[in-house]
Amino acid sequence: MTFKDLHIISMKDFSRDTIDHILNTAEKLEPVARGVEKSDLLDGKVLSLLFFEPSTRTRMSFETAMIRLGGRVLNLGSVEASSIAKGETLADTIRVVEGYSDAIVLRHPKEGSARMASELASVPIINGGDGAGHHPTQTFLDLYTIRRESHLDGVKIALAGDLKYGRTVHSLCYALSLYNAEITLVSPKELRLPDEIIGDLKRRNIKVKQTDSIEEAISDVEVLYVTRIQKERFPDPAEYNKVASSLLITPALLENADPKLKIMHPLPRVNEIDPRVDESDHACYFNQSFYGVPVRMALLSLVMGALE
Amino acid sequence: MTPNTTPKRELRVRPIENGTVIDHITAGQSLNVLRILGIPDSSEDVVSVVINALGKHGKKDVVKIENRELNVREVDKISLIAPNAVINIIRNFDVFEKKQVVIPEHAEGVVRCINPNCISNSSEPVTSKFTITSVGGRISLRCEYCERVISENIATHLL
Repeated sequence: MTFKDLHIISMKDFSRDTIDHILNTAEKLEPVARGVEKSDLLDGKVLSLLFFEPSTRTRMSFETAMIRLGGRVLNLGSVEASSIAKGETLADTIRVVEGYSDAIVLRHPKEGSARMASELASVPIINGGDGAGHHPTQTFLDLYTIRRESHLDGVKIALAGDLKYGRTVHSLCYALSLYNAEITLVSPKELRLPDEIIGDLKRRNIKVKQTDSIEEAISDVEVLYVTRIQKERFPDPAEYNKVASSLLITPALLENADPKLKIMHPLPRVNEIDPRVDESDHACYFNQSFYGVPVRMALLSLVMGALE
Repeated sequence: MTPNTTPKRELRVRPIENGTVIDHITAGQSLNVLRILGIPDSSEDVVSVVINALGKHGKKDVVKIENRELNVREVDKISLIAPNAVINIIRNFDVFEKKQVVIPEHAEGVVRCINPNCISNSSEPVTSKFTITSVGGRISLRCEYCERVISENIATHLL
């Protein structure tokens, strides 16, 4: 597979071999991401960041990744101060910005926006999140975290929280199915993983269990992936509080867990994980957000043709 | 009348000299076929419709349009709501060409995505695109932009 000029739109576009190659490349670049080694791999290259929605981790880790590799970053800045406020279409914005850059990261509220951009642009488009659609670089960094902190092949993993609307969980489930993962789904019945995704996983012969008890799930997994439950999904605040507290990760809950259990969270968290858990060996969500840097370095180097 | 009589008698309407007979339309879909073809607005020629005619495989609809032959785009649209339809092109009262509709693998600009937040439903200059699958006669259209699947009431989403 040739990576140069490849668009990164959806995890469904990637085979296990391709994902492995990206993760291997990220591992080689990790010392550069940590600032231990220097690199000028992307010297003279320009990355444009078009973020039509707020972002902290995705935007900043792309910037860091580019800077660590000797490249430069152009930021769209605020939508209000740009031509978009004058009514410019995304299609025109992409055609203009591709002339200024060697690759474009796009975050946009409409599903399918990155796919459309990839049809128009002659430089690689990296999907930084398209509405409720895909966020593939998050999935790559989640896979990298599982591989670095635990193991990927056949991993026993519990996914907890909002499994219905959480796009990171949907992409991650699909990717985990390439690694024969055993998946336990932990959520209240209102926020269960959509049936079509469970059906897809079962067709791929993936072992899937469903429960609403975090205590039950935690005793037999190697990785616990926690996601935020959004308050606005619940019309009744009391119901939200009940659900949120039933999935709370506390030091007491972890007493029965495998000592090697790793807890992940795509962040930002609200109150899903008790801050006292941060000090335990189980917590790896801050490492996880750091791993976004080597993973995005790998993707940028590959799609810009600096590495093969 | 028995189901095995000749098509001309089965149609209960007189033969046409030139035009198109769309046979074996899924029962109940003939009015949607007319909608696809823009009838009556697009044509002043005579159009005959038979609803719930008895065919070899149960009920079917039939549409006869005088002095008109269909284009590929129209036939593709018809295939989505009447996958067993047969298009007969009539010239000088004879069947000049007879072919079953083929469900295309892709459809562009034919159906509107059901996801209101899909980029193809925005003001962007983009044409809707779907990948079509047919399993056991059940047609599903997957949006190539947002991946939302349409499998029911396809006729209501036709552009």
